[in-house]
Amino acid sequence: MAGLYLHIPFCRQACVYCDFHFSTSLKYREPMVNAILREMELQKDFFKGETLQSLYFGGGTPSVLEHEEIVALVQKAFKTFRWAENPEITLEANPDDLSQEKLTQLKAAGINRLSIGVQSFRDSDLQFMNRSHNAEQSISCLQNARQAGFNNITLDLIYGLPNMDDEAWKDQVRQALNLGVPHISSYALTVEPRTALHHKIEKGEHRPLDEEQAARQFKILWEMLDKAGFEHYEVSNFARPGFRARHNSSYWQGRPYLGVGPSAHSFRAMHRYWNVSNNALYRKAIEKGELAQEYEELSEKDRFNEYLMTALRTREGLDLLEIEKTFAPEYSYYLMKEVEPVLGKGQLHLQNRRLFIPQEWRFHSDGIAASLFYI
Amino acid sequence: MKNIRNFCIIAHIDHGKSTLADRLLESTQTISDRDKKDQLLDDMDLERERGITIKSHAIQMVYKNGEGEFTLNLIDTPGHVDFSYEVSRAIAACEGALLVVDAAQGIQAQTISNLYLALEHDLEIIPVLNKIDLPSANPEEVKDQIIDLIGCDESDIIPASAKTGMGISEILEAVVQRIPAPVGDPDAPLQALIFDSVYNPYRGIEAFFKVVNGRIRSGEAVKFMATGHQYGADEIGVLRLKQEPRKEISAGNVGYIISGIKQAKEVKVGDTITAMEKPAKEAIAGFENVKPMVFAGIYPVDTEDFEELRASLEKLQLNDASLTFEPESSAALGFGFRCGFLGMLHMEIVQERLEREFDMTVITTVPNVSYRAYLKKNPEKEIIINNPSEFPDPSTLDHIEEPYIKAQIITKSDYVGGIMNLCIEKRGILKNQVYLTSERVELSFDLPLTEIVFDFYDRLKTISRGYASLDYHPLGYRETEMVKVDIMLNGDPVDALSALIHRDNAYDLGKKMCEKLRELIPRQQFMIAIQAAIGAKIIARETLSALRKDVTAKCYGGDISRKRKLLEKQKAGKKRMRQVGNVEIPQQAFLAVLKLND
Repeated sequence: MAGLYLHIPFCRQACVYCDFHFSTSLKYREPMVNAILREMELQKDFFKGETLQSLYFGGGTPSVLEHEEIVALVQKAFKTFRWAENPEITLEANPDDLSQEKLTQLKAAGINRLSIGVQSFRDSDLQFMNRSHNAEQSISCLQNARQAGFNNITLDLIYGLPNMDDEAWKDQVRQALNLGVPHISSYALTVEPRTALHHKIEKGEHRPLDEEQAARQFKILWEMLDKAGFEHYEVSNFARPGFRARHNSSYWQGRPYLGVGPSAHSFRAMHRYWNVSNNALYRKAIEKGELAQEYEELSEKDRFNEYLMTALRTREGLDLLEIEKTFAPEYSYYLMKEVEPVLGKGQLHLQNRRLFIPQEWRFHSDGIAASLFYI
Repeated sequence: MKNIRNFCIIAHIDHGKSTLADRLLESTQTISDRDKKDQLLDDMDLERERGITIKSHAIQMVYKNGEGEFTLNLIDTPGHVDFSYEVSRAIAACEGALLVVDAAQGIQAQTISNLYLALEHDLEIIPVLNKIDLPSANPEEVKDQIIDLIGCDESDIIPASAKTGMGISEILEAVVQRIPAPVGDPDAPLQALIFDSVYNPYRGIEAFFKVVNGRIRSGEAVKFMATGHQYGADEIGVLRLKQEPRKEISAGNVGYIISGIKQAKEVKVGDTITAMEKPAKEAIAGFENVKPMVFAGIYPVDTEDFEELRASLEKLQLNDASLTFEPESSAALGFGFRCGFLGMLHMEIVQERLEREFDMTVITTVPNVSYRAYLKKNPEKEIIINNPSEFPDPSTLDHIEEPYIKAQIITKSDYVGGIMNLCIEKRGILKNQVYLTSERVELSFDLPLTEIVFDFYDRLKTISRGYASLDYHPLGYRETEMVKVDIMLNGDPVDALSALIHRDNAYDLGKKMCEKLRELIPRQQFMIAIQAAIGAKIIARETLSALRKDVTAKCYGGDISRKRKLLEKQKAGKKRMRQVGNVEIPQQAFLAVLKLND
């Protein structure tokens, strides 16, 4: 099983925290869509017999695309690759793009899952983040989406925001639950280099983020969602049974995926590929019939470490049998040796030959995974 | 003997000594182009990288002019204050010296102190103004400095550029014409001065010597007078590019001896070799047993590597006789070694060689000098303290003494104020201030050696923007007031972080140490209190907050490789940390006290 990711590198405006690749000028949208269509053609042999089970429109803001463009992209994807039955087709959307008409079109184009960038139900937060929508649009678009026939909907929420105390955060989670979505992705606000937020903090215009607050609000989040019947299946992802994101899960399960569009990453077996993060360079190459990408070959050690890092983000954790099957015996020995003190500290649990991070340590997943890395 | 010339090169670091040596070797065809490696005399990687000469060597050249064929022995000298005794012995083996001064930078403290050593031994000085081709060269002013310093004529100074080869033939001719031939009696009992030794893994220790009187013959029984050891002179010879065995080396000449010596410490620089049959009555004057000045603990990061560390130190000692070590243990770090070094540079070199040549990951603890303590119950008896853990209970202490040095600093007059402040802060006493020229000043201070150990060089360099050079000599011990400052992490003392500090500076340094440790210790899953204490009294505290978030919020396709690499780095860094109690301390934190002003 494999996945296809299409990167739509346009946004109406830049959010303060975002370090993904996008342009706020939509001038070259049409040639970009053509380039993405062309790249799919160039990559038609990327998968070696694997069938695809998910298509994901990410960005950027894919909801800036016109109906015809979405239809063309979906159809091209279907024509070019081999698909499993009932694939998951997700599109990331901003609330202000989701008019009733747009929702109907998306449905008609074959989109069956929406990922809505709500981020917050408070206008003051949205302004701080420089989002283009308001809280009311978030609520109404969710109702409209339901009416348009979407039931597989996820929304994004951000915590650890300045001026958001724990009570305000609880209220955010409550509102999300009231909307009845079956999936929530919730991220701690993070200061990435080369973002407006980073710049503001560096210049002292903004005080640094409060880690204690983030840790508290993470706990509030998983406790409330747990009570509401959600599975905390990945560090930042929660789903009601049967509603996990199939596409994103492939990233944490080491399944192959092809990323098309500028800055998109692909992974298959021993290699990772990444397209140039520049719209003009990307189009220029594709228009000449060339891929604008670099790649790296992953050594056994790289793959082992990546498996630890991604698998330990998930609720199920890593599978010791899988490790024995996939990697040389020394990796299993090494892991058992490294695991011992971590188990002792209660930061890892071992059950049915699976190692996973218990709920109370999940905010330390990176450090725990790193402590097991093969160096 | 009248056709032998023995000489050395006196120069400051980077003034072109090694390059000049290379040109001399080329010009006399001692090396062919094929053997040519830049800076041939420095053969340790580390030396080449740092541009300094750590171990001295000697090389013999044959020079022909209209008057005949001359044997020139160039004795290379180490270029750092830590090795001043070795320099003095190398100088004692020579009759002349090339004084190489950088035409852009002028005379530096190191050069002057070595020059004084050379003058004390009545060496003929040939001044060479090097790097004359540099655009920034200031030959007139530097010439004046040289004339002031040694009282020569302007015409005695040879302008040169070791880089381009300019002046090389003039230098060789001057060596022959101006430096006197050695004097000595080839028929007297053998007296050969050892000025250096190296370790050869296949042949054991090779000692380099100059025959002062008599002759040494291959195969004869010899005795090293200071150590009393006897050996057979299995092989003797001269030092061309490669060693060339000889049957006999007689008075005035320089050579090597291989006699089955296994350990460098058996060969003491400055010792006298004599023959068993017809031994000399007296040794050559000037021998000293070199004593380490600075002590620090060296511990393996991984406690299991203790034996391997011992083996590595033993191997290092084979060719570095001035390194001493003995096992010690620390509550925080387990088993390791208390090592003695000639100075701070020597300490750094040992640490680096351990890591590079022996692939050891080690922790070096706060260095200290050797103190003498006298207890109330027996104030006559001196107790030597080379380790803060040996510091006696203050209530039992009658008094304590610390080593002082005479420091000579040469700098531009603009920086005198700043340097004075630094030296006074470091408890220095100004002894003399001489204007060498209107712009260059020589300052002499009596300073406690311990203050040189604690970030003196770096600050001197910063204050003078690199335009200050330092040289020092031991002055003996003086009474002082030292206290032991302990560092505690979450209430547990970490003995490896303890330091002996003068009472007046203890509060200030304790505070700075806590601040520095707070910077260097990575945040961990719990809060860490960092405290400095004298006895039971806490004098400073810093708090390192707990790491509450250690996870990337988003980890999708594009984030995986980048994040994996980041975490791999983190794990590699952790391997270089030492867990003390439940706190992980990075290697460099143990030396934090040396970099308090960064």
